[in-house]
Amino acid sequence: MLSVRGLAKRFPLAGTRRWWRGDEGLAVHAVNGVDLEARRGEALCVVGESGCGKSTLARLVARLIDPSAGEIHLDDQRIDTLHGRELWPLRQRVQMIFQNPYASLNPRMTVQQTLLEPVRLHRSSLSQSEAQEHIEQVMRSVGVDPSWGARYPHEFSGGQRQRISIARALSVSPELVIADEPISALDVSIQAQVLNVLMEAQASASLTYLFITHDLSVVEHFGDRVAVMYLGRICELAPARSLFSGARHPYTQALLSAIPRIRGQHQPQKLHGEVPTPVHSPSGCVFHGRCPLANARCREQIPVLRETQPGHTIACHAVEEGRD
Amino acid sequence: MGIAAQSRWWQPRWWQRWRSSPLGHSLGRDRIAQVALAVLLLMALAAVFAPVLAPFDPYDPRSIDIMNSELPPAWVDDADPQFVLGTDAQGRDLLSAILYGLRVSLLIGLCAVMLQALIGITVGLSAGYLGGRVDVILMRAADIQLSYSTMMVAIIVLAVFRTAFGAQLYSDLAVLMLILVIGIAEWPQYARTVRASVLAEKQKEYIDAAQVLGYGRLRIMFRHILPNALSPVFVISTVQVANAIISEASLSFLGLGMPVNRPSLGSLISSGFEYVFSGSWWMTVIPGLVLVVLVLVVNVLGDWLRDVLNPRLYKGS
Repeated sequence: MLSVRGLAKRFPLAGTRRWWRGDEGLAVHAVNGVDLEARRGEALCVVGESGCGKSTLARLVARLIDPSAGEIHLDDQRIDTLHGRELWPLRQRVQMIFQNPYASLNPRMTVQQTLLEPVRLHRSSLSQSEAQEHIEQVMRSVGVDPSWGARYPHEFSGGQRQRISIARALSVSPELVIADEPISALDVSIQAQVLNVLMEAQASASLTYLFITHDLSVVEHFGDRVAVMYLGRICELAPARSLFSGARHPYTQALLSAIPRIRGQHQPQKLHGEVPTPVHSPSGCVFHGRCPLANARCREQIPVLRETQPGHTIACHAVEEGRD
Repeated sequence: MGIAAQSRWWQPRWWQRWRSSPLGHSLGRDRIAQVALAVLLLMALAAVFAPVLAPFDPYDPRSIDIMNSELPPAWVDDADPQFVLGTDAQGRDLLSAILYGLRVSLLIGLCAVMLQALIGITVGLSAGYLGGRVDVILMRAADIQLSYSTMMVAIIVLAVFRTAFGAQLYSDLAVLMLILVIGIAEWPQYARTVRASVLAEKQKEYIDAAQVLGYGRLRIMFRHILPNALSPVFVISTVQVANAIISEASLSFLGLGMPVNRPSLGSLISSGFEYVFSGSWWMTVIPGLVLVVLVLVVNVLGDWLRDVLNPRLYKGS
């Protein structure tokens, strides 16, 4: 349904451009050639540490920002070249849920106004009472009491607000929902509740999710397939089960070993060094500076995603050569 | 009937809501703000009902008798009790002149601030939300405007207008000209304030959500950002009203404001000023006091409003 090819986003660093010398200056390479495909009805999770570009990827796909290179396709339509009015039909099909429930609702609008506005704009054929009925149905489906309509966002808790945000996204009946860390700002006790709301919505409306998170336990619970990102690139893309049982990329292995376990002897696999800055990306494989398996080829040649098992793709020279 | 029921009877719903809002709650505890608000309301009412309240009509030359000139206020010896605050050099009743002058000063102050707010909010909102080149051009224009002092712009414009179109047309259009000049000279204050709070609001995720929902630029700017960016505007508005009143008074004092036959507080102070040294102090001191009190209460209310609406204290709710 969603397919992303060679997607890249550079944020130029202000004050480093020397236009009189034809020098474009420095830039942060937030997303650096990402290939990704989400199938209809699945939950595709994107995981990675802070600053790896996963939120930028979400904002690119939601068309909040324009890509520097690459293509985004939704079904058969190329959407990264659309602008302004041309995006209007797309806005109904692709919706987004945000991280911070305290900032994602307009504080001066009641719940009713917040939910009614998109319905009235996107489905202008509905009468006032039909629109009202529609949003009440959406509110009930995400566990928001329709009697909350007259109240303002500050009267609700984080979990309640996040459910209102979800209702707003679902009110236009989208096909693809991009969720940018929707539960990481919530209490642990509320996280499961909101996650269940998202899963129920997926089952009842056959939604496709692009789910951005840094929480691997959520992925295990929620994701059908998982893409692991490091420094603006995807290093491993696999079905969730296959990733958790047999991750092969050295970075994914380190990431998985960092999940705390209660039982058994467990020694997390330590990585040395820091994440390089995305301003001066390393040559070759972006992970070579910290990888225990790196050799000369890793320092020079950029690895591409290759399928090792059906559905399980890895971008690593070491795995490809069988050095792992 | 119980006391609770009784107190509800004269407290309608809007009054209860006002009392429980942060503004109403704080006003209930702040004596100084209460006094300032009471004085301001009193002055505003006096200004609005000046034609009813004033014992004489200072705009009507027939009611003025030169024989009554320079009479002192009623509490001084050899005063005429008919003129409570005395008369000026032409024999005009000072109380009536002050009431009408207050009206002119408040009218000019409020209208000039509305004009400033209209220009400033539009410019600030566009600069802040659209960003990029629009932002650079608009804000440099604001900087240029600010680099000329209000008084300088006003004096040049008013003086040129008077020489070009003559004193008669000038005195007919004086109110309009003062509103335009003071309004246009001070818009950058609003533009900067609004731009700053628009930039802060623009970062928030509800604006991203509005964009993902496909709302148009104008809808996002005016329906989503503006209502959330307005509270600093209320705060600077009070200061700006006080400033505009002072600007008008200064211009009138310099002879570029309201003509003598339709005086504002400033022109009253100015025309009485020549007689201070001959002992007729009331002609300039009394309108001066009224001006000081007016500006003081507006500023006190502005300070109070700033404390209540302080975004840092207010954020949590």
